[in-house]
Amino acid sequence: MNDNTVKIKDPVLSIRNLSVAYEQGKYAVNDVSADIKRNSVTAIMGPSGCGKSTLLRAINRMHELYENIETKGTLILNGKDITDMPTIQLRRMAGMVFQRPNPFPTMSIYDNVVAGYKLNGIRMKRSERDDVVERSLRDVTLWDEVKDNLHKKGTFLSGGQQQRLCIARALAFDPEVILLDEPTSALDPVATAKIEDLLVKLKENYSILMVTHNMAQAARISDYSMFMYLGELVEYDKTKDMFTKPKDRRTEEYLTGKFG
Amino acid sequence: MESAAKLSSGNLERRSLKDRLFKGIVILLSMVTISPIVLIIYKLIEKGIRQISFDFILKTPPDTFQAMTAVSNGEIIPGGIANGITGTLLMVSLASVMAIPVGVVTGIYLYENPGKPLANLTRNISDILQGVPSIVLGLIAYIWVVKPITSGYSALAGSVSLAIMMLPMIVRSTEETLKMIPQSIKEAALALGVPYYKVILRVLIPTGFSGLLTGILLGISRILGETAPLMLTALGSSVINLDITKPTSAVPLLIWEFYNDPNMVDLIWSSSLLLMAMVLGLNLLSKSIAARTK
Repeated sequence: MNDNTVKIKDPVLSIRNLSVAYEQGKYAVNDVSADIKRNSVTAIMGPSGCGKSTLLRAINRMHELYENIETKGTLILNGKDITDMPTIQLRRMAGMVFQRPNPFPTMSIYDNVVAGYKLNGIRMKRSERDDVVERSLRDVTLWDEVKDNLHKKGTFLSGGQQQRLCIARALAFDPEVILLDEPTSALDPVATAKIEDLLVKLKENYSILMVTHNMAQAARISDYSMFMYLGELVEYDKTKDMFTKPKDRRTEEYLTGKFG
Repeated sequence: MESAAKLSSGNLERRSLKDRLFKGIVILLSMVTISPIVLIIYKLIEKGIRQISFDFILKTPPDTFQAMTAVSNGEIIPGGIANGITGTLLMVSLASVMAIPVGVVTGIYLYENPGKPLANLTRNISDILQGVPSIVLGLIAYIWVVKPITSGYSALAGSVSLAIMMLPMIVRSTEETLKMIPQSIKEAALALGVPYYKVILRVLIPTGFSGLLTGILLGISRILGETAPLMLTALGSSVINLDITKPTSAVPLLIWEFYNDPNMVDLIWSSSLLLMAMVLGLNLLSKSIAARTK
């Protein structure tokens, strides 16, 4: 860990010397080490192609969808080494939300929320399932909007509602950490504001790590911020500190709009 | 100024005239496209509807003498094409049972491994297979099934030739359907920790189900009217046969037989009408399924 990295006590997630290469020797993420604070929002910022999405996807190993990927380093989630854990188990502990809302088009709102249980063949009583659906939808403040239409298709909702449904789907497993990959970049400002409020509220119970290309968004809702450049973690600090007195020249140039 | 205005208004008239002319040509050519099908259906109904009755569906064809008597007395020909209908249903179902699972699985494989050499080879071979003349497929089924397996003409041999015909269509439509599903849906399922095979079976296939079904129905409607391969494999039968190792009739085979018997000419039209109705029905069904999910 370099000097520009903040120290976190009792982290929910520890990333140690993580490197990811799509081609041999070409690192999209290069030797990144960081601890992620529990019950807070941590933002990963940086220009396009800096490796922020790859870093996020390396945590639940979604990056393995690409071929010939080479990964080094260690990940510790809540004290458990998840580096070589089966992805099926890992992905239930690390929920993910994507850039574009992607509810399952064949499923109702209700089934979308419990899709993780249904698709994995996890049996549960109807009352339990109802509870999970209600809790998750309440968590994302969607319950009052959809409670009378739970059996309608999820794709009938507006874009912002769909994205909240996708967050509910990720919450249904009660994950240790929620990974969001630019969750508002496909949404209008009103829907974006709702999601931002929601994330701030959710951190009471969950630990949130989000990629954003929107500096203002990082400044508004994150407690900690990482700045990545060319695969390297340049700076990681409390958001307030980073935005007021960045330690690295590159961070300062990015934040002041000199590149990006 | 005045002359300029005149010029531009004349220009405008000419343009709108051209526009109308072009529209007229487009409509005319569209009419040319749809006229064959309208004329076919009209002719089939005109000549064939007379013979259509419950008997036509439930009974087997008359012998030449019965047909001759009926024709000379000016009555409608007795009997029907029940042996052909059951044979067609039997062989098409059997062909579907063989071709659909193989085709869908192959299509999934092609979708999952777009760049792999084996996938490219499979895709190209499947395209070539689609172009193989159906009579050649009949010959192959004759060599593979008629001689060694059923030691004689059989429904099984017929369905093998039909299955080979249907296979490439299902492979292609499966691959194309899956390609149209956004990658994000797949990612959503994987991110929930769903194992890969379940992502395919429980997310991708249901999402693309209507597309798959459309492809399958079109494949079936394509083989429904095949005659040439069946001549070399199923041969035909004058009775209803449900034993897959025995010679079996089919609606198109009967049409060919009726054509060769001058006394049965009327039955050609009614059989063709029925076959056409089945094909058209499947096409409309697949279109409505495709439309409903768009």
